[in-house]
Amino acid sequence: MSSLVTKVRLRQIEQLIEKGKRLDDRGLLDTREIKIEQGLIEKAEGSARVFLGKTEVLVGVKVGLGEPFPDTPNEGVLTVNAELVPVASPHFEPGPPDENSIELARVVDRGIRESKCIDNEKLCIEPGKKVFVVFVDIYVLNHDGNLIDASAIAAMAALLNTKMPNYEVKDGELKIKQGYTPLPVKNHPVTVTTGKINGHLITDPWIEEEQVMDSRITFATKEDGTICAIQKGGSGYFTPQQILEASKIALDKAVELRKKLDW
Amino acid sequence: MNEKTEKLIDKKGIRSDGRKADELRPVKLQVGVLSNADGSAYIEHGKNKILAAAFGPREVHPKHLMQADRMVLKVRYHMAPFSVQERKSPAPSRREVELSKVIKESLEPALFLELYPRTGVDVFVEVLQADGGTRCAAITAAALAIADSGVPMRDLVVGCAAGKVDDTVVLDLYDAEDKLGIADVPVAYMPSLNAITLLQMDGILEPAEFEKAVNMAMDGCKKIYEMQKEALKTKYMVVKEVEE
Repeated sequence: MSSLVTKVRLRQIEQLIEKGKRLDDRGLLDTREIKIEQGLIEKAEGSARVFLGKTEVLVGVKVGLGEPFPDTPNEGVLTVNAELVPVASPHFEPGPPDENSIELARVVDRGIRESKCIDNEKLCIEPGKKVFVVFVDIYVLNHDGNLIDASAIAAMAALLNTKMPNYEVKDGELKIKQGYTPLPVKNHPVTVTTGKINGHLITDPWIEEEQVMDSRITFATKEDGTICAIQKGGSGYFTPQQILEASKIALDKAVELRKKLDW
Repeated sequence: MNEKTEKLIDKKGIRSDGRKADELRPVKLQVGVLSNADGSAYIEHGKNKILAAAFGPREVHPKHLMQADRMVLKVRYHMAPFSVQERKSPAPSRREVELSKVIKESLEPALFLELYPRTGVDVFVEVLQADGGTRCAAITAAALAIADSGVPMRDLVVGCAAGKVDDTVVLDLYDAEDKLGIADVPVAYMPSLNAITLLQMDGILEPAEFEKAVNMAMDGCKKIYEMQKEALKTKYMVVKEVEE
């Protein structure tokens, strides 16, 4: 992807960061503006579109019926998938998910799963036999950097918008009734990614910064200040001090974000 | 992460496999175990049994992945179908794709990629038996395999996890602790450079517990680091004796 930005511009980004500035006029720890729209796909049980600066991610949630996993017979099933569709970037190609989209999906999945924000036991219809399956499909529509945070927020916003069909079990048979109940969501994990450029930490990197960045670290945190998922990415390293700094940044930014989003 | 009535740590602080909180499983390392690879290593980390082989620097395949200004490192982490309780399909799972990526990214900082433009190094990791913490053990073995192949490195990379089981932060979780514990924090570390090259977490941790877990994992890495160096020396000492 290195051909996207000229070397001169990359150096400019580096030099600015040394002075504590960024090409788009943000401070090192400032995030871009976030805009959320919910419920724009009527055929999906839940949906949300998130703009993080110019990055745009659409998430659709479908709720289906399926079997539980044998080790969790009383719990519904969550599946998260991500598609880096070719409309989003000249560098995305059609075809089966590559390692980047698989990583994206699995990091978002981990934040949702480990925070236990969905009350999984309420998704159980018949223990060991029938449960609701929640499919979260992440569709990246425009790539301008920090897909992980944008997708995590979009996934959460879509889950908050999700309705499950009402049902009743009569003589061992499942009947779908009129009307819907909201998906039982207990808490709101927030994901914050910090990038490292020449030893400096920045939050919410945009696409040109991602070309200069040697590594990133993502923290998903809960309202109570606990950490529920972490992922380091990129071919660089962090010192232990930088890791701790990044975790503090992520916790602070999460508080800020929660206020903004009213989560 | 089920709630189970049985405790994983007893009143005396001894874990279900007999270890103390900050105790590693037994680790056995062997370098140069495969004659057709340019470099290879075998690790037994508790019941984990993992082979790693390194090939290169060599031509990059497929060719379009070649980079004009640096070497391309490719890693495949793969589990044998018989390595776990339920047979695992040999086709690459999403988990294996992600782990291959993070293992690659944990090894890259150790290599002088810019010194070998237009070449590739391929590392293949085969998990023969898995018992929790395979990505960490795989990194330990993969770093040794690359070192054994003769490709210059800034430092060896060591993998070791820490986590939380019951209410305690513990080192090096094995399968049951990984499944029933509260959190798992795999770490890869270059001890001489004090650089963390892989960090993941799932589960729930307070920030203070997280800090403790990372420190504990780094201490574990330092212990395994000594064994890594010993394993490398052992191979080349033996060769020397034969030549004399």
